[in-house]
Amino acid sequence: MKRFLEKLVEGALLLSGSITSITILLIVIFLFKEASGLFNSPVIEEGYVLGLNKANPVKDLNSYQIKQIFDGEITNWDEVGGKEEPIEVVRLSDLTKYYTEEELGASFENIPSKASELTSKHAGIILFLPKEYIAKNFNGTLLNHETLRPGDFFGGKEWYPTASPSAQYGLLPLLLGTIWVSLGAILLSLPFGIAVAVYLAEIASMRVRNFLKPLIELLAGIPSVVYGFFGLVVIVPFLQESFKLPVGETALAGSIVLAIMALPTIITVAEDAMRTVPRATKEASLALGATQWQTIYRVIIPYAKSGITSAAVLGIGRAIGETMAVLMVTGNAAVIPHTLLEPVRTIPATIAAELGEASAGSGHYQALFALGCILFLITMVISISIEFISKKKYN
Amino acid sequence: MTPIINTNNSDRKKRWSQAIAFTIFKLMSYSVVAILILILGFIVSKGIGVISWDFLTKAPEEGMTKGGIFPAIVGTLYLVLGSSLFSFPVGIMSGIYMNEYAAGSKIATFIRIMTNNLSGVPSVVFGLFGMALFVNTMGFGDSILAGSLTLGLLSLPLVIRTTEESLKAIDFSYREGSLALGATKLQTIRKVILPMALPNIITGLILSIGRVSGETAPILFTVAAYFLPKLPTGIFDQVMALPYHLYVITTSGTDIEASRGIAYGTALVLIFIVLLVNILANVLRNYFSKKVKTN
Repeated sequence: MKRFLEKLVEGALLLSGSITSITILLIVIFLFKEASGLFNSPVIEEGYVLGLNKANPVKDLNSYQIKQIFDGEITNWDEVGGKEEPIEVVRLSDLTKYYTEEELGASFENIPSKASELTSKHAGIILFLPKEYIAKNFNGTLLNHETLRPGDFFGGKEWYPTASPSAQYGLLPLLLGTIWVSLGAILLSLPFGIAVAVYLAEIASMRVRNFLKPLIELLAGIPSVVYGFFGLVVIVPFLQESFKLPVGETALAGSIVLAIMALPTIITVAEDAMRTVPRATKEASLALGATQWQTIYRVIIPYAKSGITSAAVLGIGRAIGETMAVLMVTGNAAVIPHTLLEPVRTIPATIAAELGEASAGSGHYQALFALGCILFLITMVISISIEFISKKKYN
Repeated sequence: MTPIINTNNSDRKKRWSQAIAFTIFKLMSYSVVAILILILGFIVSKGIGVISWDFLTKAPEEGMTKGGIFPAIVGTLYLVLGSSLFSFPVGIMSGIYMNEYAAGSKIATFIRIMTNNLSGVPSVVFGLFGMALFVNTMGFGDSILAGSLTLGLLSLPLVIRTTEESLKAIDFSYREGSLALGATKLQTIRKVILPMALPNIITGLILSIGRVSGETAPILFTVAAYFLPKLPTGIFDQVMALPYHLYVITTSGTDIEASRGIAYGTALVLIFIVLLVNILANVLRNYFSKKVKTN
């Protein structure tokens, strides 16, 4: 009976132990499941079709080309592989420019036939209509089977989920925004973090250390939304004033806030690494006549190099995944940034800001889950590389 | 004689460069303290005037520009409680398994790697996952249950790590002594090891409460509500929560300027929770470490 109980408890403990692994597995399954529909979702709005003139050799437009055509950025078919012919964009509301309201019918019953007639007459036309207005004997080419391609997501230069007729789910501006903000943060906080770690591990007296450590722990405990709030009411106006910017919500503001948030992680990990330097190694250096400072930068820092690298990588990981603070201070403009003084939007901020308004199962929803997958993969790579770095040290 | 002069020269240079480097490090370290004081000082000075008994016990009024934050405090309390009910038992059991049953084995290494991975997953990904699994697939909807489970999973790695480290710190001789007296493994853990490790474990649990109470991204899509006229009555209700409240009234309230005061007050309450949790953890740590020494 007793033995049985022991085994039962051990089983329960093992089950608890496996929950983190199960969670990781479930995260992978659910994230990828929800995101998987993205490349099966239509390029243009659900229920709509694009119609071209029969003679038009263009049979295939990608998401970005469609957007540029409807924004008037592409005005000639030869830019998308067709003949030299000006593009004529016709939406449902534009039909009244070609036909009077009587011709279209009192309850628009003539739209299908008129749309078909219009398409056959105009060589450069691109027609964007709901499916129900397309006649059975439509006299033109329909581009309605297109689905979003991986290139539209991974190589897309614009994130504009509400664009009509073709929503833009380009990863690049968000990925670059994330990288800019995180790199800025780590460049600011790494020198600081290492300096503080050296000070705590090698220079400060026990008393000073006992005073500083809890404060740094406190810094780690402050919620990210409070950092975001502080950034919004203090750092953002400060940057706007000192750089004479139109808006203070910039990548730099995000970097500064993230740098402060990443500091405790970097300090703690780097300090721990420096503490593992064997006393004998230190004493040997000092006995050879090296000063304490020479010992630090010739012996201790090189010895703790892998730990310091882990600290940097962990700091980057925290910065990349941080959501609320960044969402509140970076201005959230989904454009590819050129300087740190422009508004940017990061991957986590995009998910947090937009998931509420994306209806479940829509292309937008799936695209946000795809962003989640990207974020998850990045952090997995970071976790695994830390595992690798710290293992290398012991070999 | 020349070499000796050279040595003296380089000696002085060495001492100088050390003095300069150490001063810089010291200044940088204290500027971190300055940053902390700046943040705390700013929020305390702006928020202290807002805090009153009414602010803490009344519901928001007039589109969040007046009134208090009582529902948000209650909501955060429920979420902390709910997530703890999940993460504490599971985390502690998991830590016990790793240190007492599987120490050094492949399984323990695997669990440790997975736990580290999980702790690296960004909070917004937990939010996505919680929404997909608890809210949609399991059909809990936006509810305390879904939010608590999501937060519980998020804090699980912290609880596991704390438990494991607390257990690891206990000398092996205690286990051997207990086993030698004829106690079973389970009895040893329950009567000897756990009581000894408990203070450290509790310290870790308190810190994890601090973390959970400030998380925003995981509750955005699993439980948090912008405004609720009444308090929740069951685990399938939505709640308001402090961090989410601070986020919405600073970024998307009906009148952002007018609700600034409320925002400072909310931020101060959040900071206060963090301070309380940290002080409590430190006091406990010091108290128990002294107790152990005198024993």
